[in-house]
Amino acid sequence: MNRVKGLVKKPPFWGFVAILLLLAINLAKDPRYLAITVSPVTGNLVGNVIDILRVVAPILLIAFGMCLVIATGGIDLSVGSVMAVSGAVAMQYLHDHGAPDSVGDALAAIGLALGVALLVGLVNAVLVAVVGLQPFITTLVMMLAGRGLAKVVTQGQNTNAVNDPMRWIANGYVLGIPVVFLLALVLIVVVAVLIRRSALGLLIESLGVDPKAARLAGVDRRALLFSAYLLSALLAGIAGLFATGSVMTVDVSQTGYQAELDAILAVVVGGTSLAGGRFSLGGAVVGAFLIATLDKTIVFLGVPASATPAFKAVVIVVLCLLQSQRVRGWIGQAGARMRAARKAVA
Amino acid sequence: MKQFLQHRAATLPTIGAVVIFVAMIAYGEIAYGRILQFSTLSNLLINNAHLVILAVGLTFVIVTGGIDLSVGAVIAFTSVTGVLLANAGWNPWLVMVLMVVIGGAFGLASGILVEYFGVQPFIATLAMMFLARGLASTLSTNPERLADDSPIRLIAAEWKLVDGPKVNDLILTPGVLIAAIVVLGAWFVLHRTRLGRTVYAIGGSEPSALLMGLPVWRTKVWVYVISGTLAGVAAVVYTARLGIAQNITGIGWELDAIAAVVIGGTLLTGGVGYVAGSVVGALVLGLMIVLITRDGKIPPEMTTIITGGIVLVFVLLQRGLSVVRRNP
Repeated sequence: MNRVKGLVKKPPFWGFVAILLLLAINLAKDPRYLAITVSPVTGNLVGNVIDILRVVAPILLIAFGMCLVIATGGIDLSVGSVMAVSGAVAMQYLHDHGAPDSVGDALAAIGLALGVALLVGLVNAVLVAVVGLQPFITTLVMMLAGRGLAKVVTQGQNTNAVNDPMRWIANGYVLGIPVVFLLALVLIVVVAVLIRRSALGLLIESLGVDPKAARLAGVDRRALLFSAYLLSALLAGIAGLFATGSVMTVDVSQTGYQAELDAILAVVVGGTSLAGGRFSLGGAVVGAFLIATLDKTIVFLGVPASATPAFKAVVIVVLCLLQSQRVRGWIGQAGARMRAARKAVA
Repeated sequence: MKQFLQHRAATLPTIGAVVIFVAMIAYGEIAYGRILQFSTLSNLLINNAHLVILAVGLTFVIVTGGIDLSVGAVIAFTSVTGVLLANAGWNPWLVMVLMVVIGGAFGLASGILVEYFGVQPFIATLAMMFLARGLASTLSTNPERLADDSPIRLIAAEWKLVDGPKVNDLILTPGVLIAAIVVLGAWFVLHRTRLGRTVYAIGGSEPSALLMGLPVWRTKVWVYVISGTLAGVAAVVYTARLGIAQNITGIGWELDAIAAVVIGGTLLTGGVGYVAGSVVGALVLGLMIVLITRDGKIPPEMTTIITGGIVLVFVLLQRGLSVVRRNP
């Protein structure tokens, strides 16, 4: 019983409940919603669940990076723009130089795109860790400038390109499962092991809990901030390749648009406080799945996609209220009253 | 010199913004000409009245150390609602009042989430941004056109004060007048009333403000209500000028407003800032667009990079000054 109570108090639990609730709504509309079938033509798995896996991949990546940055007591508003920049660089390179079936060209484009993404991350890191600017304003500037940079790279066009290896990464399947999801899974497992199996996670938490105490304890603040912002930018760069690769077109004003908000939402749903300090990578995964499921559900129910934000708002408000001390107190009181009433009856 | 810097450190960024504004006008006049004349300056005020109003509202929130991301979306929702109601035959004056009230209601909701339920300002106002944008999209996803003879458009009626040669007229609109009244009112409230002093005290140190017995909770709800209400006012002014409302109106305006506030010398950590600074900040952004258009050689894609650069320069300036202040 106590164990159940502990679970209910953990924020990711409510995110998990919300995902089940959304799936239940979909099932009510179509009893075959969760069915996974093998496509007779390609041999790949098809179904709504597989679609969700595909949608969740980029959100997982940026949510992971965001989680670490938030844990240091910062925030990275530039991830959406980094997605656009990375996609723009890759598409422009392939458009100008790429042969349609060259693996080398695809790798060069990916390398170039991730290099530029890391450059944006480096600027963030230098301004935050060395100059000492606030993360909010620093990454806000990079969010504005980054999208501008993407537009400059493509000269304001929505560049498209043809390259089969690149398209395979974003749209292909291995063992019937989307490549993007497998890649995202491998990346987040590597990062999670790196963070949680070493002292890195603890050091990052110490930075977020109390920067002064961390400094007195000899924690290398700069190195940690650099790794957090660089990692966030790198993961966002990969997410940008996923997002543009699936249609092989970069939409400079729409690619990654408001992705930073999705990432922050996923992290907060997962129970990581925006104030920094203790963070939950597992919670961020639950949060990312919640957002992907929500996005798919809204489309499935036939609600216009532009109304999606209103549903996200409801989810945020409900989850924040469930986590707030005041509402917890109310629920506790109501529970105590009910127990008292039951005792009186008995 | 150093002593002067330390003494005046709080006002210097704002003075810097004024200097930059004057320098931009001077540069524009020398390089492109026809900047320092009635028509250009009138248009600068008319086209940026809504941004000035937004920036003034956001100043209150940011001085307390909070943030309001919902203002752009609130403008979208209130203007779509307003135009739909006006076209449905509602009394236009009532509609305008309703638009302002709806804006205030969104602010109140943010304030209650932040203060009563302890939600972080960033998340609470993000929720309101999503809610307002989503609701606006459920109302209509098409551009809704206001009837040309609607009294709401009177807010954008042009008053020719000075009839210059050719088209060089000094023009004002009721919208600009509303912005001026908002600026004066906000200046009075922030710099001359108890509410204003409390706003600064909260931004300086919230625990100290609480220990001093100041009404911290009430004040923090108020700043969000003020920000939301002014977003409603900005929606009236903007919709009247454009005559069209759409669910995608005002995307990214919260960033423009934050940029204007920061350029004007308000610290994002709270406690320091001026209404006048935010006005200048908004005008710097507006003038920048004018100069880029006049130049013609700068590709429009560069606009956001330049905006980002300007904000960065100002933040670095503030950062440098705070270092000077701390190490006498």
